[in-house]
Amino acid sequence: MSTVAPTAEPLSAARPSTGLAAMFEHTRYVLGENRVTAFAFALLIVILFAALFGPYVVPYDPLTSDTVMALKPPSAAHWFGTDQLGRDIFSRVVVATRLDAFIAVASVVLVFLMGGLAGIAAGYFGGWTDRIVGRIADTIMAFPLFVLAMGIVAALGNTVQNIVLATAIVNFPLYARVARAEANVRRDAGLVEAARLSGNSDWRILAFQILPNVFPILVVQMSLTMGYAILNAAGLSFIGLGVRPPTPEWGIMVADGAAFMVSGEWWNAFFPGAALMVAVFCFNLLGDGLRDIVDPRRRT
Amino acid sequence: MLTMIGKRLMFAIPSLIGVVIVTFLLTRALPGDPAAYFAGPAATKEAVEQIRKKLGFDKPLIEQFFHYTNDLAHGDLGTSLTTGQPVATEIRNRLPASAELTLLGLVISVAIALPLGVLAATRPGSWIDHLCRITTTAGVSLPVFFTGLVLVYVFYYLLGWSPAPLGRLDVFYSAPPTVTGFYLIDTLIARDFEAFRSALSQLILPAATLAIFSLAPIARMTRASMLSVLASDFVRTARASGLKPSTVIVTYAFRNAMLPVITTLSMVFSFLLGANVLVEKVFAWPGIGSYAVEALISSDFAPVQGFVLTMAVMYVLLNLMIDILYGVIDPRVRLEG
Amino acid sequence: MTAAPALSVQDLSVEFRTRSGIVRALDRVSFDIAKGETIALVGESGSGKSVTAYAVLGILDPAGRVTGGRAMLGGLDLVKAKPSQLAEVRGREVAMIFQNPRTALNPIRPVGRQIADVLIRHGNVLRRDAPAAAVEMLRAVGITDPVRRAKAYPFEMSGGMCQRVMIAIALAAKPSLLIADEPTTGLDVTTQAVIMDLVAELAHDLGMATIFITHDLALAGQRAARIVVMHAGHVVENAPTAELFAYPRHPYTAELIAATPDSAASLSELAAVPGTLPDLRRTDLPFCRYAERCPRKTSGCDQPLPRDTEDGSHFVACWNPLPAAPAAAA
Repeated sequence: MSTVAPTAEPLSAARPSTGLAAMFEHTRYVLGENRVTAFAFALLIVILFAALFGPYVVPYDPLTSDTVMALKPPSAAHWFGTDQLGRDIFSRVVVATRLDAFIAVASVVLVFLMGGLAGIAAGYFGGWTDRIVGRIADTIMAFPLFVLAMGIVAALGNTVQNIVLATAIVNFPLYARVARAEANVRRDAGLVEAARLSGNSDWRILAFQILPNVFPILVVQMSLTMGYAILNAAGLSFIGLGVRPPTPEWGIMVADGAAFMVSGEWWNAFFPGAALMVAVFCFNLLGDGLRDIVDPRRRT
Repeated sequence: MLTMIGKRLMFAIPSLIGVVIVTFLLTRALPGDPAAYFAGPAATKEAVEQIRKKLGFDKPLIEQFFHYTNDLAHGDLGTSLTTGQPVATEIRNRLPASAELTLLGLVISVAIALPLGVLAATRPGSWIDHLCRITTTAGVSLPVFFTGLVLVYVFYYLLGWSPAPLGRLDVFYSAPPTVTGFYLIDTLIARDFEAFRSALSQLILPAATLAIFSLAPIARMTRASMLSVLASDFVRTARASGLKPSTVIVTYAFRNAMLPVITTLSMVFSFLLGANVLVEKVFAWPGIGSYAVEALISSDFAPVQGFVLTMAVMYVLLNLMIDILYGVIDPRVRLEG
Repeated sequence: MTAAPALSVQDLSVEFRTRSGIVRALDRVSFDIAKGETIALVGESGSGKSVTAYAVLGILDPAGRVTGGRAMLGGLDLVKAKPSQLAEVRGREVAMIFQNPRTALNPIRPVGRQIADVLIRHGNVLRRDAPAAAVEMLRAVGITDPVRRAKAYPFEMSGGMCQRVMIAIALAAKPSLLIADEPTTGLDVTTQAVIMDLVAELAHDLGMATIFITHDLALAGQRAARIVVMHAGHVVENAPTAELFAYPRHPYTAELIAATPDSAASLSELAAVPGTLPDLRRTDLPFCRYAERCPRKTSGCDQPLPRDTEDGSHFVACWNPLPAAPAAAA
């Protein structure tokens, strides 16, 4: 006499293949298997350290100029040499980590919130929400992304906040699309059906059922976006948008040093550029490794 | 076929409308007084009021929008503060420089990336496969302006093989009479072979920088797509029929593998058009990218707006061409309209 | 004195390297097929029937390799042949048709061109005559309006038509041996019969030997003169069709017959074959891979299986087989 009611599977990890403990185990397995990802993790720790503690441990003050020592090549006293104002490049590169890392993290968090939530709503509710989010995403995608970022920062003003906002806007379509696809799939999944049938409101479902499942997929994307965000910010600074001298930031340091590259003082632009490369490389590797952890089926 | 092209054209129109709306909004989103922005930092109060009236900032937003689209329809992109010239004219003059650079970069990129990806897929585990994987992983991490600078340092300063990065031609040569605006073509038409060589040697480093930058996504997609196609059922049939390996790889595998690569080109163009700006700054290239950058430095906003609009329109048209190209190659898309 | 066989597979062994270990997919598989003969390779999924065909043709997955044995086509050992030799032989001497005809055809090339490619490749026609010859092939496989259809793409055709196109491609160069890997899976029943008739007719016209690979014993019984039963990478029985059905000797064959629906049996009499295939990654596989699910297993089963004498008689790889046919020497 009782109709067959869909039974919700218990959310806690009854089976060993789910749950946080299993995820740690899997993470450790993948890291052990994949030395490249482990290397990227180690690099990340170095970057984090430089960002958090850099300003306190660098040998010289990044802002103090010493014209006597201007444009000296790398030496024991100045590992990365000095720039045209005699400032120690090593100290400036390390201190710049904080700003670039901050921009990257802020952009990624912002786009996750904006794009992730919009995408989930579009995928779950469908109809007009979907159409509007889709239109916005399509319009953004109609622009070459860096050009749009240039336009936004030029229009809104030359500040770090606007660089963060521009980077987030430019990455919005990607996150919205991924989140929408996942939400679409899960909208009709058993767990969600069950939750709906037991009377949960849409928002509760979105927050507790869909978001946690969408998050791992977005995390992979976030790591890759970190790399892109750093490149974007550096590119904008390179053409004079965003960060102003004398603030140490990798992009403007390369811009400042560009003229000297041509006359042979390569260290000026090289070290900040190399730092950029290393940071972006690290985040890209991390993104690939995270993808293996989150979804081994998509291993490349 | 024509219905397919027609449909694609129709889809491009909402994009164009969106682009126009966004560029319009960008000007109106300026903090403070947009009129002051357009009048420039050195304007007097009266001058600002004049600009406000002239550019219609005192009217309601909808009216301003119609004004704006009307100007666009007449090819009026405003006037540059620093040069006093109409933005549209300057962009038109400078566009060939950017186009030549970007096209050459793309051609070099494709010429390297396609064979690299194909060989990496047909010889898995070989040195070419490893080279391809390293290139694609490292390539996406390189900041394009950094690559450009390193190339200048190595090839100009250290090796002396390349000329100074000072523009499209060595100072000793004069530009050829304009036919296409592409120096490589115009110098040949004018039979000025010295100038041709100079133009080419000036082009190589910036084009190579762009090529290195766009190499990675194309090579990666080519390799992945070839691997997938080589494992497909119809390639197995082709092999089982005894077709020559070259036929199997080129006629059967490669053509099918190119479909996702063409789709990737859209993303590559987005990157390229953005990277163009940075490369033009590094190499002092007189294109529309450096035009916008110079205007930015002097807070001259009209050129920047014109630049963003032009780039976006070009991008929409490029995407349209990619869509149509895809439809030409894939009959499944073409025949279903 | 029997004539030389069209194909002689001798002690063929194949391994696959996978992440979870080495799969011993084939272990000393042997069988012959005479010129013009139609035989069937029968077994459940995973028995190695398709792998055998792929190994013979040299189109194994890159993770697989032949670890022993020969596949003699005339005087040429296909297993040891160079890629250039194989490319000559494929299509011209040996051809194959596959399941899922839609995905087995190039989706962005007109079907007429695909047939023409094979015709040109194996030198049957001049390049300029190829399109017309392709149309003739389409006509020969029973496609109506072949001139128009030659310009069509696979996605515009039904599954049955695609299978006909595949047959046209396979037979274009008039091979002496055709291997048909589950050619009717995925087709509706009427089309199945039509396709099988078509293959039989063409094989007869060309004097072509045919190997049908199928899991459907009833189908094999209708079409093949001789049946080779495979289990877990072994040939377990090899006999003329009528004799196999009347007097199956290997316990596995008997179970297969009992599990095969035909007009006589009722649903309640159908029995599933007990047990499952052994895990072929194991290093401790017994000599007889059926032993662990065999009701007739004895202590005498723990030794290498008997070898096929290839004299056309009823071969069974078993130390405790079911009784043979009476009177006529088995």
